[in-house]
Amino acid sequence: MSILTKDIVAQIFTRPFRIRPILHQMVVVGLNTLPIASIMAIFTGMVLAVQTYYQFRQFDLETYIGTVVGLSMTRELGPVLTAIIVAGRIGSSTAAEIGSMKVTEQIDALRTFGVNPVRYLATPRFIALVTMLPFLTIYTDFIGILGAYSISIIKFHIRSSLYIDKTIHFLDPPDVLSGLIKAIFFGAIIAIVSCHKGLTSGEGAQGVGRATTNSVVLSSILILIIDYFLTIILP
Amino acid sequence: MIQINNLWKSFDGNQVLRGINLNIIQGETMVIIGQSGCGKSVLLKHIIGLLKPDHGSINVFNEEITKLSDKNLYKIQKRFGMLFQSAALFDSLTIAENVGFFLYEHSDLNNDEIMKIVNKNLHMVGLHNIESLYPASLSGGMKKRVALARAISTNPDVILYDEPTTGIDPIMAAIINNLIIRMQKELKVTSIAVTHDMTSAYKIADRIAMLYQGKIIEIGTPEEIKQTQNETVKQFILGNAEGPIYSKFEDNI
Repeated sequence: MSILTKDIVAQIFTRPFRIRPILHQMVVVGLNTLPIASIMAIFTGMVLAVQTYYQFRQFDLETYIGTVVGLSMTRELGPVLTAIIVAGRIGSSTAAEIGSMKVTEQIDALRTFGVNPVRYLATPRFIALVTMLPFLTIYTDFIGILGAYSISIIKFHIRSSLYIDKTIHFLDPPDVLSGLIKAIFFGAIIAIVSCHKGLTSGEGAQGVGRATTNSVVLSSILILIIDYFLTIILP
Repeated sequence: MIQINNLWKSFDGNQVLRGINLNIIQGETMVIIGQSGCGKSVLLKHIIGLLKPDHGSINVFNEEITKLSDKNLYKIQKRFGMLFQSAALFDSLTIAENVGFFLYEHSDLNNDEIMKIVNKNLHMVGLHNIESLYPASLSGGMKKRVALARAISTNPDVILYDEPTTGIDPIMAAIINNLIIRMQKELKVTSIAVTHDMTSAYKIADRIAMLYQGKIIEIGTPEEIKQTQNETVKQFILGNAEGPIYSKFEDNI
């Protein structure tokens, strides 16, 4: 996997730089993930608001729902849940697509045409995931906070200005930034793992199936482990 | 033109090639026959540099390709066209993008110029008005013909055919055989085909070599092969269930 990472990075700086395949992958990763990311984010935000309300009410701290949701979404839940969804949606399809290209000799065919498979298949996906995952994370942060805000105002009758004030007052730029830095790392993990699993896929439908499953499982585990270390390192 | 000397290759302890020696002369069509799984495709993939041998040398256009860097190997690979067993068309690209793939990647031609070449190559393999379709909507025979049109888009000096008639009906197989002969005559290419289809082998070959147990055990013109005294070759070309190959098969069981 380290050889593949080195290859992918080397190919980013190899001319000519092709923008079309990268834009295509950006649409696949970013735009097409928006619907599922929206559902995940809005319900996560609402659940978080409900849980926080019932706990904080005992201490008359329910006006701090915005603070808890804001920090949780931007620092942890936004980047991690978005990455897990992208690992399931994009990581699996990448491993399956590249894996089936391998078993049907399409990777060999690329090489016979003098085209480096890593440059053609892995590098555009890597760039798209590393750039789009932070944008998706900002989006899910916002939708999650919006979901929590709606439920707090409508169901728990918390004053809107108070909720917004408590959210903004405790939410600093480093909170959002640390989530975005995490998203960049998670994007790289998903791209490298899924491309590696696809390129080393076993023969036949079973081999491709195993590569797909392993890609999602390994990406998800690595996201959770790396998240812990990044949480310690980042301010 | 292509010299293979003492080529050895194993996969996970399974010795597939055991000292292959083979010379291919410019302009000829060499057909390599042998049972399924005997290493024919492995040999073909060594010739185009897709696999590296454990031992031995492969000299192509006066270059020892087993020791070349990826960059220099690409220069040699561009002089080859390869028709893969599964056709290996790129699923996500249209037929036009498949046939013009090499030109889109490596030439400065504009789209109109590339489309002219694409249409010419498709016409050469007898296909029309399928440029905007995707490979999934084509039959097996059509896929192989598109793959052939794509293979000749590089103006190759050598075309490699991996089981060109496997998995298609006899009529389509005959059409593919005629195309292989036409490619050799019109494009003056050297052809190497691997197959276990003897009808195809007799029709297209200038010389036939038989691969058995990792070695070339017989080589000659189609007439010489038909009159061979080698019992193993005889059993294979006549398709007899009993003979030396069958005995070995029984021993393995």
